[in-house]
Amino acid sequence: MSYISLGDQDKKEMLERIGASSLEELYCCLPDEVRLKRRLALPEAMPEADLLRRFEDLAARNTYPGYLSFLGAGVYRHFVPAVVDYLSARGEFITPYTPYQPEVSQGTLQIIFEYQTLICQLTGMDIANASLYDGAMAAAEAVLMANRLNARPKILVARSAHPEYRATIRTYIRNLGVRIEEVGFGPDGRLDPAELARRIDKDTSAVLVQSPNAFGVVEDLKAVGELAHGHQALFIAAVAEAASLGLLEAPGAFGADVACGEGQSFGLAPSFGGPYLGFMACKKEHLRQLPGRITGQTKDVDGRRGFVLTLSTREQHIRREKATSNICTNQAWCALRATMYLETLGAEGLREMALQNVHKARYAAGVLGRIAGVKRRFGGPVFNEFVLELPKDVAAVNARLKEKGVIGGLDLRPFYPELGPCALFCVTEVHTREEIDRLAALLEEALR
Amino acid sequence: MYPQAYRYTKDHEWVEIKGHVATVGITDYAQKHLGDVVYVELPAIGTKLAVHQTIGTIESVKAVSEVFSPVSGEVVEVNGGLNAAPEAVNQDPHGTGWILRLNVAAPSDAAALMDAAAYEKYVAGLEA
Amino acid sequence: MTREPLIFDISEAGKRAYRLPSLDVPGTEDALAGVPVRAGIPGFPRVSEVEVVRHFTRLSQQNYCVDIGFYPLGSCTMKYNPKINEKVAALAGFTASHPLAPADTVQGDLEVLRLLEEYLCEIAGLDACTLQPAAGAQGELTGMMLVRACLEERGDPRKYVLVPDSAHGTNPSSAHLCGYTVKEIKSNEGGTIDLEDLARQMTGDVAALMVTNPNTLGVFEYDIVRIAEIVHAMGGFLYMDGANMNALAGKCRPGDMGVDVLHINLHKTFSTPHGGGGPGSGPVAVKRVLEPYLPVPRVAGTAGARTLDYDRPRSIGRVKSFYGNFGVILKALAYIWSLGPDGLKEMAEIAVLNANYIRKSLDKLYHLKYTTPTLHECVFSDKIQKEHGISNLDIAKRLIDYGVHPPTMSFPLIVHGALMIEPTETESKRDLDQFIEAMTRIAREAETDPELLHAAPHATVVRRLDETGAARNPVLKWEGKAPQ
Repeated sequence: MSYISLGDQDKKEMLERIGASSLEELYCCLPDEVRLKRRLALPEAMPEADLLRRFEDLAARNTYPGYLSFLGAGVYRHFVPAVVDYLSARGEFITPYTPYQPEVSQGTLQIIFEYQTLICQLTGMDIANASLYDGAMAAAEAVLMANRLNARPKILVARSAHPEYRATIRTYIRNLGVRIEEVGFGPDGRLDPAELARRIDKDTSAVLVQSPNAFGVVEDLKAVGELAHGHQALFIAAVAEAASLGLLEAPGAFGADVACGEGQSFGLAPSFGGPYLGFMACKKEHLRQLPGRITGQTKDVDGRRGFVLTLSTREQHIRREKATSNICTNQAWCALRATMYLETLGAEGLREMALQNVHKARYAAGVLGRIAGVKRRFGGPVFNEFVLELPKDVAAVNARLKEKGVIGGLDLRPFYPELGPCALFCVTEVHTREEIDRLAALLEEALR
Repeated sequence: MYPQAYRYTKDHEWVEIKGHVATVGITDYAQKHLGDVVYVELPAIGTKLAVHQTIGTIESVKAVSEVFSPVSGEVVEVNGGLNAAPEAVNQDPHGTGWILRLNVAAPSDAAALMDAAAYEKYVAGLEA
Repeated sequence: MTREPLIFDISEAGKRAYRLPSLDVPGTEDALAGVPVRAGIPGFPRVSEVEVVRHFTRLSQQNYCVDIGFYPLGSCTMKYNPKINEKVAALAGFTASHPLAPADTVQGDLEVLRLLEEYLCEIAGLDACTLQPAAGAQGELTGMMLVRACLEERGDPRKYVLVPDSAHGTNPSSAHLCGYTVKEIKSNEGGTIDLEDLARQMTGDVAALMVTNPNTLGVFEYDIVRIAEIVHAMGGFLYMDGANMNALAGKCRPGDMGVDVLHINLHKTFSTPHGGGGPGSGPVAVKRVLEPYLPVPRVAGTAGARTLDYDRPRSIGRVKSFYGNFGVILKALAYIWSLGPDGLKEMAEIAVLNANYIRKSLDKLYHLKYTTPTLHECVFSDKIQKEHGISNLDIAKRLIDYGVHPPTMSFPLIVHGALMIEPTETESKRDLDQFIEAMTRIAREAETDPELLHAAPHATVVRRLDETGAARNPVLKWEGKAPQ
């Protein structure tokens, strides 16, 4: 395939105007010692039909879609209304550039403005940015933001937060003189407030907790917030399962300084890890330290309402090494899909979807918990994920489930070796009762 | 154009010394080149500043400029009015657009700076 | 065209779009015991599906895009986004994959990652590659972290990173995030790195030089091999910002020039769409010496038996969750397979032809600060038009009236009033001529009718917006009354 739009005559005329006799002459400025003197060792060009066949073959090697799966752990399967794929596929949404020229980008800008509004409504915060890469990177940016605000060297992060979020934070702070300490969890699966009280001090820049956490347990944000603020530390609430915001009290209601997380549940396919959607929102007094692009409302010369990218002096293209973040390209099209999803579900749809998650997960926890030898590992309340302790090695159990076409809960041993044989099960509105019952029957069989 | 009583720096700050108090702002040349000021970052009262230490920053839509202290001293007052009306820096840079007041450690620091005539000449040279 | 209201302003109680299947399990009151439940979400929209569809369709009509026309944005490489790439990325076998699925159930995905890593290494002339970074900036951060990790292991991470004064803002920003202090290298009168300044500043305290090649003026750093030697002689690393790879693919390779670490923008050179601001993808390719530090996990194993290797003790860790923007990676792989080795070389050559054609057509009308030969982009300035009081901003806004998106402005910083033009290889001669004609007319209008330019654009859904007001009094979300 070629996407060149020049004919033979075109090329001739163009070279003539330039005053060159060949395309090669245009590369005269390349020193001979660096020129590549062979063809690139890549497969020959494929026309469209062959390309499609090749990809269909690769896609077919993914057998995962054929399984009934109960995986969650930061990536969730939810129903996505047909309008989301339909509308987001428009060329006017896929192919524009970043809206730096607002007069020709009002579509993108207004949608981002609506997205920022929705994130503020969902998180109960004052200001939101236009997106970050994903929940893990958003958590890292929140930590860096806290450190810029109070210059304290220590961050306390709940061990019950997603392992990849914690790993990403570690990587981001590794060269910046900030150290991270993990706060353990109690038998209820929540951050241990006594341990937090012991570790928090005047060196603590921020406390980060995720809710629902990596075990699916809903944290006591009120208690964590009070402890953090009691020491003038910032309170960062991370959310990996954004669907929970449709029902659970918002981080803002508990005084969070920053609410951040993953918006994949809002209309994005699991797509083997990306592209996803990091969201971040904060209190208005922290506005100037919020990273990422922000859209604002204004008027044009004729008094018409319009939208622009604003407060750009926080960003790298102006402040360079003193910027709030190095982020440039973000996840705008993903934010657009999330906006479509949220506006289509609407207030009632979002709450109903979230409620169904709770009821189905509770039903599943009930039927699975009644299997001999299976124990509910944590006592804390959950949204749509829960941890079961199994009487056998999880990997072995999952292998047997897999033979019957089911992918069971995530084996937590690689992430939390201290837990023993535990698996994290996720149940959302997409799972039917029949499917949950099937899982229960097969799990029981696998444990015999 | 540039008040006779003031002294000026090469970075386009002005300072007016009355007794032990120095008032600091940026010049008309600076505000013109910055464009519409949207935000002024002010230091905390009590901050001690050395000569040429960064006072804070001034932001326009597309640029950020650092403001440097022309003299050494301790911040005793900041122009809080700039929070609600940063445009004062554009409209009246030598008057209501003042940024802060310092208790001056060494009033003689200002003598080393340019007077109005010298600054006008300096600016004319830049614009050539 | 009338303005489209905000969704919140057409929202009303009683309206619903999407419906869920009924709950098929018992729904009990106590399911929510101990969980703080919100009363509602004030202001959250309630609209019908028809309203959603019309809302977004009408908003889409207020967007310029590549599918509509030319985007001569320097350093952005706004080339055509092939539709077959969209189709393959949407195959259900890919979109349904959960990143934590058992490896044997996602062999197609793992093979995709492996293939793109291999191809990018070949194109870059480097030994190993990570696809984890989500965009160019994150790629830069990752690349610099790799450098620091290697130097740390050698006992001295060093203090400084050298960045040319023509560099994109993400370069110094990323270096700073690695704990380095940035020092600027001057450009010479040709617009390239001043070798004397480099030799002087390249001390044993410097971890790396970050270079863009061709640079942001579109000029190839002719002395790149010498530059690499100077850097390496002092034990430093040469980082290359690959944003401008569109000029080089198939013609020369960064690894062969002495580059140690390179980031690539899939949403530039490799045609993945910009989506109004992302998602992009910023893979990082490295020389073997930096391979142990690459983000975790790495794809391992053999075809049909691929795995993810987490046992990487010297890795810098991870810069985001999972493996990268997989949906974007799929599109880039499709592109490389579509073009093949000859197509990639042609892509670079025609990108350079198109840019030089524009340069030659406008160099009598607009000021070119640097007369050095350029490759796939060129930078004019508004110096000539400034004599009539016209700035690059006015020129840009007037171009919109001619149906063209403005070029990159006010960057690089070393050209005051810059207009950075990169047509890419996918533009037709007719589109290029239309752009040249528009620029020619604007140059004339600058002399005869400057007011027309100051007031531009005239024909858009909104005209010039008050960006000062937006920054002074930020309104960053809808604040209207929540409907009952």
